[in-house]
Parts: sequence; C-alpha cells; structure tokens
Amino acid sequence: MDAAGRITLGEGASAFRGAIRDLVAKGNKKILLNLGEVSYIDSSGIGELVSGFTTVQNAGGQLKLVGLSKRVKDLLQITKLYTVFEAFDDETEAVRSFS
Amino acid sequence: MSGFNLAKMETLKQTLESTLESVDKVEEWVIQEAGIAGFEEDEQHQIGMAVRECAVNAVVHGNRYNSKKRMHVEIQRTPQALTVIIGDEGDGFAMTSLPDPLAPENLLKQSGRGLLLIRAFMDDFDLHPRPGGGTEVKLVKNIVT
Repeated sequence: MDAAGRITLGEGASAFRGAIRDLVAKGNKKILLNLGEVSYIDSSGIGELVSGFTTVQNAGGQLKLVGLSKRVKDLLQITKLYTVFEAFDDETEAVRSFS
Repeated sequence: MSGFNLAKMETLKQTLESTLESVDKVEEWVIQEAGIAGFEEDEQHQIGMAVRECAVNAVVHGNRYNSKKRMHVEIQRTPQALTVIIGDEGDGFAMTSLPDPLAPENLLKQSGRGLLLIRAFMDDFDLHPRPGGGTEVKLVKNIVT
C-alpha cells in the first residue's frame, strides 16, 4: 500500500485508517506500507500507524514499513516506535522479509 | 559604551475559530515567522509540528470544537528566541493525569504522544491556567547564533 501526502488529524488520518481496514477486511495478511510520498505525519498520524499495526496484527497479519523519510524516522525514534515497527529502506528487501 | 542590549521584540496576535482549518493556519503562520526569525527548514518544521500539536489540543480537547469558543495565539519574536503562546477557553487541563507514552504498556496506544513531541522539538514548554479561563501553553525555541 502506498501512502502519500499528509497523515494528520482529520481527513488524512481517517482515509489512512479506512485504507488499512479495507485491506484487512479483504483478507490481506502481509501489508507493506510505503511512506515514501508522505510529506508529513503528526501525533494523530502516528496514532493511526500504531492503530493500523494492531489491526493487522490482531487479524493474524503483519504490517511493515518502507520508504521512511528522515523526519518520519526521527518521529519513530522519539516515540520509541522503532522498537515496534519493522522498517526497511529497500522495498525488495522488505517484501522478502515476509517470506 | 555599556553592553546593554535593548532587544527588539515583535508581538503578533490572532484569535481563531475552534476548527482544524485554524490549526492548519496557525501552523503555517508559525512556520513563516520561524523562517523570518532565521530558523532552518528542519527547525521550522519541528516548531510548526510542536505548535500544531498545541493547537490541536486547544481546539479538540480544550474548546471541543465549540463554535462559541476561540483559540488565542500570540507569537513573540526577539533576536534570542521565538515564543508562541496558545490559549483555549476550555475547562482546564491537568498534565499530571497523562500516562507516559514511552512506557512499554503504552507504546501501542493510539494517542498521548503530542506533549512528547512538543518537548522534543522545543527548548521550553510551560502549561498554565489562562487568565479568564481555559488553558495556555507557552513554547520557546531559542535562536542559536
């Protein structure tokens, strides 16, 4: 799944939440979230990432991240969520990690 | 000649409606002022994000989107620092009641990270009752020359 733009309180966060739930509802168990085109995430957006992670996990799947900008990496460091999310710089490597 | 420096302070104020559009406006305004103050792009982004978190708190948790309540924003720019004061007209707020978002049992909670980001990005943060009711936060980012 490719995310783009801003994941902030309001439409951005709710659209993101809906997209993750749709994927899970359709039975997807291995979800790679590409944040390469995401320009901005606020604390609500981080909350949606966490919520997406737990939604997928509770359905027996895995959600991993790829394409994180330095700013998003910094946010994951500050919030200690780098200990929760499996994140990759390279998409091929990320896809391979699911198998 | 004495070393006394009569620093020039510019103060700007805005009163805004309790909407998410106001949050976006405040963020853009502060980023613009941070640029004028001489902060680099990454710092402008961090200041903007810290202010955004405070503005969200004022609109969502303080004023609860009440159309009769306003968000009050003041920016003070001196050669030493950029200070942003954001006030709401809500029922008040007790910071001691907030759980630690870095505690292992809270890491997967959806909310509660706003103040953590504010503290990470700003040099000084103070939260106090607003004169006349509500809550006021003061954010300071020092200008390092």
